[in-house]
Amino acid sequence: MPAGRLKTIASRIAQAIPVVLGVVVVTFVLTRALPGDPAVYFAGAAADEASIAEIRTALGLDKSLPEQFIIYVGDLLQGDLGQSLSTGQPVAVELARRLPASLELTLLALLLSCAVALPLGILAATRPGSWIDHGCRVLVTAGVSLPTFFTGLALIYIFYYLLGWSPAPLGRLDFLYLEPPRVTGFFLIDAAVIGDWETWRGAARQMVLPAVTLALFTLAPLARMTRAAMLQALSADFIRTAKAAGLTRTTLLYRYALHNALLPVVTTLGMVFSFTLGANVLVEKVFAWPGIGSYAVDALIASDYAAVQGFVLTMALLFVLLNLTIDIAYTLIDPRIGFES
Amino acid sequence: MTKTRLSAAPSRRSFLQMSGAALAGAGMLPFLKVLPAQAQAAETVVVVTGQTINSLDIHRTGTNRASYQVAVNCYDRLVSFGTKETADGGLSYDYQTIVPELAESWEIAEDSIVFTLKAHAVFWDGSPVTAEDVRWSFERAVSVGGFPTVQMKAGLLEKPEQFEALDEKTFKIHLLRPSKLTLPDLAVPVPMIINSKVAKANATDDDPWATEYLHQTPAGSGAYKVERWDPGQQLVYERNDAWVGGLLPGARRVIVREVPNASNRRALLERGDVQISFNMPNKDAQELSGQDGVSVFSTPIENCIHCVGLNYSFEPFQDPDVRKAVAYAIPYADIFQTAAYGRGAPMWGGSGEIETLDWPQPFPYDTDLDKARAHLDKSAFAGGFEVPLSISLGLVDWMEPTALLIQESLGKIGITATVEKIPGANWRTAALVEKRLPMHLENFGGWLNYPCYYFFWAYKEGHLFNSSNYANPEVEALVDETLHMQPDDPDYAPKITRLMQIAIEDLPRIPLWQPALNVGTNAAEGYEYWFHRQLDARGLSRA
Repeated sequence: MPAGRLKTIASRIAQAIPVVLGVVVVTFVLTRALPGDPAVYFAGAAADEASIAEIRTALGLDKSLPEQFIIYVGDLLQGDLGQSLSTGQPVAVELARRLPASLELTLLALLLSCAVALPLGILAATRPGSWIDHGCRVLVTAGVSLPTFFTGLALIYIFYYLLGWSPAPLGRLDFLYLEPPRVTGFFLIDAAVIGDWETWRGAARQMVLPAVTLALFTLAPLARMTRAAMLQALSADFIRTAKAAGLTRTTLLYRYALHNALLPVVTTLGMVFSFTLGANVLVEKVFAWPGIGSYAVDALIASDYAAVQGFVLTMALLFVLLNLTIDIAYTLIDPRIGFES
Repeated sequence: MTKTRLSAAPSRRSFLQMSGAALAGAGMLPFLKVLPAQAQAAETVVVVTGQTINSLDIHRTGTNRASYQVAVNCYDRLVSFGTKETADGGLSYDYQTIVPELAESWEIAEDSIVFTLKAHAVFWDGSPVTAEDVRWSFERAVSVGGFPTVQMKAGLLEKPEQFEALDEKTFKIHLLRPSKLTLPDLAVPVPMIINSKVAKANATDDDPWATEYLHQTPAGSGAYKVERWDPGQQLVYERNDAWVGGLLPGARRVIVREVPNASNRRALLERGDVQISFNMPNKDAQELSGQDGVSVFSTPIENCIHCVGLNYSFEPFQDPDVRKAVAYAIPYADIFQTAAYGRGAPMWGGSGEIETLDWPQPFPYDTDLDKARAHLDKSAFAGGFEVPLSISLGLVDWMEPTALLIQESLGKIGITATVEKIPGANWRTAALVEKRLPMHLENFGGWLNYPCYYFFWAYKEGHLFNSSNYANPEVEALVDETLHMQPDDPDYAPKITRLMQIAIEDLPRIPLWQPALNVGTNAAEGYEYWFHRQLDARGLSRA
């Protein structure tokens, strides 16, 4: 990569710093503004005034907001996200353990959904009005209109309960297996690294239903966007010119039209990825998947400040990273796009 | 190295695949028995629950209810409760019988109880359980603050000076005054005996009670050790073969898996992939009972009542006729069927005569809109009034249908109730701490199963579960007099009867029903109901 581009990437990262700082401040203020008193909640059902006060002191909630904020930022700088009360674990450790679970599932689902959506979109665009186009529309409509928890439960009912083809919806691994030694946190990769194919199969089988559930949901925007972008590209002047110049249909379609259509598709992919990561809470709940989505919701219900802040911060960082990746992907697809502003 | 499974059970999977869809019925249940190599798996019980275990130390700040089971299964107490059979053929703890656990025997004097520990009791690390360990553990429970300290106080166990190790195996509790609650309070999960040598070795200046260490690493002498804990996912217990606290458990290993979705827990149980589904929704319990292969135990939770709280701080509810009008307007039977699916015990339609000291017992109110209207007409609010009816979003499963039915019925006598939903994290503050909800649904059940204990928490002025701001000098005096009195004292029965009469007449809380704890089993035996409403794994075995 040329030095100029590295420099622009560095400046892009620098631009993200104020965003992250803003997130730190906003999450801190927001979590405190939320209704609910963690000291009362965590004191337990039978606690009296004195023990609630003790817990308030233990949590540092008796200090003023600016003081709490300074302590929070000081801990953050040391990489300490605090300790979650509802799970009793350090937030950083929990997120590090749970993020790979969500990422593995989300990435697999996206891969699956791209593998279906892109060809489907292209086919629909090249044969508008045909049965493939109509089929695509039906699938897309089904994908967006069926809520993920419903799809998930329906799939479990059919493939686990009735047919018995799928393993029990018990999270990432059935209780017969132990987690593979941690390298990346992605079970499929970690099990492959040590060559434990039995565990690999176990993890893969466990992932099929939730990944299909999520893929059905993410398929719609991708297929629609591919179709629209392809239609637009195919009707563009340069395609007509190329057609007139006698280029083959394949070259026309894949070399010129698809290449130009990829840009909006990648944009959509980025957006879908980020919202799926946040929105797969329901899928995680249905499949007992130990990801960050279910973690964040539980933390929110319990007014678990540290966990909520840690989650929002992680998501913000991920989002910044994702935008950066997409920007770089743009320049690879279309060299005309630069970072110069 | 590929042998990373918990048990040598690769062929369990292939067996499942082999049998395919034919497994759906109950006929496949004992399939592990036909495979001799699977003997170990046959001694494994898998439990699913919707709750998260967040700590392995019940004394720690923030430890949730689901975690109490670790205190039960991994630690011993000096004494425990006996076991009795319930009406439906299940098992329940028996609060009237105290049995030895770590203590071999005890002698009760006017000002002390002296316990002799079992001679062969050892902690998991092989060191003997000494009176000093007991003393340290009790001192910890009364010193760490929060819930453990409050619970110890219920048995008048308040100060470290009360506990004394006389010698290696003799432990003495100095009583502040005699109380019937002291001995039972030693059998609740809180006064567990911790290996103090291990704990002290891992204590720091900031954390003298080793809460950070014991939070992750139990150190006890109990029936089970924790083999593995993946927070948010599972807890695996492994049997301690050197346990002396009771009969050795039948299951070598108990796996507690967290499955948030109730319908999945049900599917897992029905398919026989798990042996126990703990704390099932009422609906599933109703639909699964009678189904082949699955047994459902619905035990009314002792001492626990779902009720409507009428707050005395709000004008309409200061009027006794308004309270009675509400009590007669509630559609009890509909609520019981809709919100509880008929699980539990009705708390309405009683005779009005207090014949036993059983608590809870049905109040003499039933749905009667004519009576309700008559009472309302006598009150200062004959034209009706508007009132918010508050429920917790954390408990919508029973509170929402209940509230809607009450709302509809109250509308018929001219009381307009608007259902107000309060987030779960806020509920306790609003309902119990600030006590600012005029009309609300409420639930309380005490661990120590005496009516006076219930009245202490729910009817005394300012006490936590008295969410109705109820204050009555006679109740105050009666509760104080009876709380520590022996039940065989001749004064006890008349005073408790009087308390119940006042509760029925004054109605700060209108009982709806006594909820049930639903547990489904499939090819497991020995489930026993406990007041702490958590899994006691010690009696379980594969059927």
